[in-house]
Amino acid sequence: MFNLSKLTTKLPSLILTTSLLILPLTACNGGKTTNGNTTGENSQTTNSRLEIVKQRGNLICGVNGEVPGFSFVDEKGQYSGLDVDVCRAIAAALFGDATKVEYRKLSAQERFSAVQSGEVDVLSRNTTWTLSRDTANGMEFAPTVFYDGQGLMVTKASGVSNIEGLAGKSICVLAGTTTEQNLADQMRKRGVKNYNPVVSDDVDTLYAAYQEGRCEGVTADRSQLVARRSILPKPDDHVILDVVLSKEPLGPAVKNGDSAWFDAVKWITFALFEGEELGITSQNVDKFETSEDPNVRRFLGLDDKLGEGMGLPNNFATSIIKQVGNYGEIYDRNIGKPLGLERGPNKLWTDGGLLYSPPFR
Amino acid sequence: MMNPEKIPLWRNAKFINIFLQGILIIFLVLLLAILTNNLSNNFQQLGLTFGFNFILDPDLNSRFDIGDSPIPYQATDPYSRALLVGLLNSLRVMISGIILAFILGVIIGLGRLSNNWLIRKISTFYVEIIRNTPLLLQLFFWYSVVFLKLPKIDKPLIFFDSVFLSNQGLYLPWPMGNLQTFLAALFLIIIPIFGVIIWKKNDQNIIQQGINNKLYLILLIILIILVIFLIIWGLDWQIPQYERQLKTIQGGLTLSPEFATLLVGLTVYTAAFIAEVIRAGIQSVSQGQWEAAKSLGLSSGLIMRFVIFPQALRVIIPPLTSEFLNLAKNSSLGSAVAYRDIYAVASTISNQTGKSLEMLLIVMITYLTINLIISTGMNWLNRLVQIKEN
Repeated sequence: MFNLSKLTTKLPSLILTTSLLILPLTACNGGKTTNGNTTGENSQTTNSRLEIVKQRGNLICGVNGEVPGFSFVDEKGQYSGLDVDVCRAIAAALFGDATKVEYRKLSAQERFSAVQSGEVDVLSRNTTWTLSRDTANGMEFAPTVFYDGQGLMVTKASGVSNIEGLAGKSICVLAGTTTEQNLADQMRKRGVKNYNPVVSDDVDTLYAAYQEGRCEGVTADRSQLVARRSILPKPDDHVILDVVLSKEPLGPAVKNGDSAWFDAVKWITFALFEGEELGITSQNVDKFETSEDPNVRRFLGLDDKLGEGMGLPNNFATSIIKQVGNYGEIYDRNIGKPLGLERGPNKLWTDGGLLYSPPFR
Repeated sequence: MMNPEKIPLWRNAKFINIFLQGILIIFLVLLLAILTNNLSNNFQQLGLTFGFNFILDPDLNSRFDIGDSPIPYQATDPYSRALLVGLLNSLRVMISGIILAFILGVIIGLGRLSNNWLIRKISTFYVEIIRNTPLLLQLFFWYSVVFLKLPKIDKPLIFFDSVFLSNQGLYLPWPMGNLQTFLAALFLIIIPIFGVIIWKKNDQNIIQQGINNKLYLILLIILIILVIFLIIWGLDWQIPQYERQLKTIQGGLTLSPEFATLLVGLTVYTAAFIAEVIRAGIQSVSQGQWEAAKSLGLSSGLIMRFVIFPQALRVIIPPLTSEFLNLAKNSSLGSAVAYRDIYAVASTISNQTGKSLEMLLIVMITYLTINLIISTGMNWLNRLVQIKEN
């Protein structure tokens, strides 16, 4: 301000220009905030993210991009994986077109602020549902799409066979994850002292460090370990220890306080389970158009108007199953076949698993 | 005819000044109000609260471990302790980085002015390459191409049976924290002070008589020998032990590859800029000063010490300050190479607690404070070397 006042005695016009430059800036900023972020001020129904996304015409989906099977970018720049298919299912339900997704690669540290600030519409990034994230972090978690547990991978050369064997050694772990805390908890519980966590911000850097022998072990969700081991130069040199350190329910999440948008994401996710339970796949969905089963008819939007109540097309489930497939198809395509991971708890409740959709009625 | 005393209000320079600045202030306040309102609305909508109490709360455990910690720390400590570890880690890399970058920068800067063709070319090459590539890229280079490629822990490089180097760290002998070490360290601080006093006296002697006083030189040599003796036998050194079966190295001082990466990266990067500052500073002293000093029969080393450098210092210190500030700020890139500095610790905490705004503010205030301290110190130094006119 001091220099400014000196200037103005000589050039009053300069400050005028400055003001004129600032004027449109503030106006622009004000306009943006009322449109995008301060939905709380206006009524929920007109300014829900659901409406914003529909008007925009595409979904912005926050993904990891570095975990094969969940979300991974191939050499052509195409995204694939379970998390990516959830994004695609939402786009299929909203627009009838699963390709209308814009992916944003987010680090573990960035992901929550990206949702809170509205940079992404939905987070589908192998994120663990925890109490504090649901409350203190202002997130809302849609149904779990993958029941996982934290594991530990070590090099065969290290000769480590259990957690206790890692005393005094280095363990690579990802920053800002539940994994980082679980590791500290477990080591304390088991009285393992002097272990050295090497905490990296980026999945690729983390596994590069592990691969170079910076750490004797690396800890992450078991599915992620299996996935990353598959792309290590010599997968057989690495062992995943037979321990499960924690419960890691992974699922899509949205911003707190927008129930219309949350409901839509929640029921789109349930539709994947329900589709499998009803036996409807991307291959046979057309045959079900003539089905007499009232459950099937309601699910596919032939009877009732279940979609309309949520602000979705009535046939949203049909679009999802046609373009993306049901949960079983998604699992086999991304995780079951390429990684050889058993479905385990990720089976339908009817098969003794944990996947359960409330009734579509 | 118009009265020259009566200038219309809209042409009165004083009024225009106040009026326009008033408008600017109103705009700024308005902008701030919009942003604050937006923020509080978002907080309300997300069901979040604003407050710093969680940091000091002893019942809230940080629940994460930090591998590279200069003070004892465990996952049951409160967040404040974790932040302290992060701060110390930041300061550790900033202080050693500033010292090393300055030394390297001076050497390279003088190298660029050297009469030796090879030294001059190497220095230029260094400065141009380092200055024109991004620091983050250089950090990744140091980390994944240099430090991670060192031998693995089961086959470390061993020097004199006491220094071990592997890609899990550099293991050095380090003095034990006991009375003997303490006393020796005390002497190690006192003796150099005497050394500096003698050195200054000798300088004065050179200025007055043009020759080195042999007595002073002998005294200095004795002091240096004393220091060497104290370092080797005075301090109670603890030598790291390699346990072949466990494949671990215990004891001594461990410098993690992450710390080394950040320190080397920051040093090498900032030294290139400092070298330019030094070169420009020295070149800013006019050629006539060299000629005048030469005509007095001074050797080129003495000309540098007594004529050129004191004058160059006046030009050097202000830009040098900003290079130091840059180094301090750039240390926040450490999280990219898994170094747990204040920024990395704070972002982990914000991720766990959802207190992102609070942690952001803390980190900002920390860097602001550190940088203000650096610039205050450098300004003091600057005043010291300026020409004083009574």
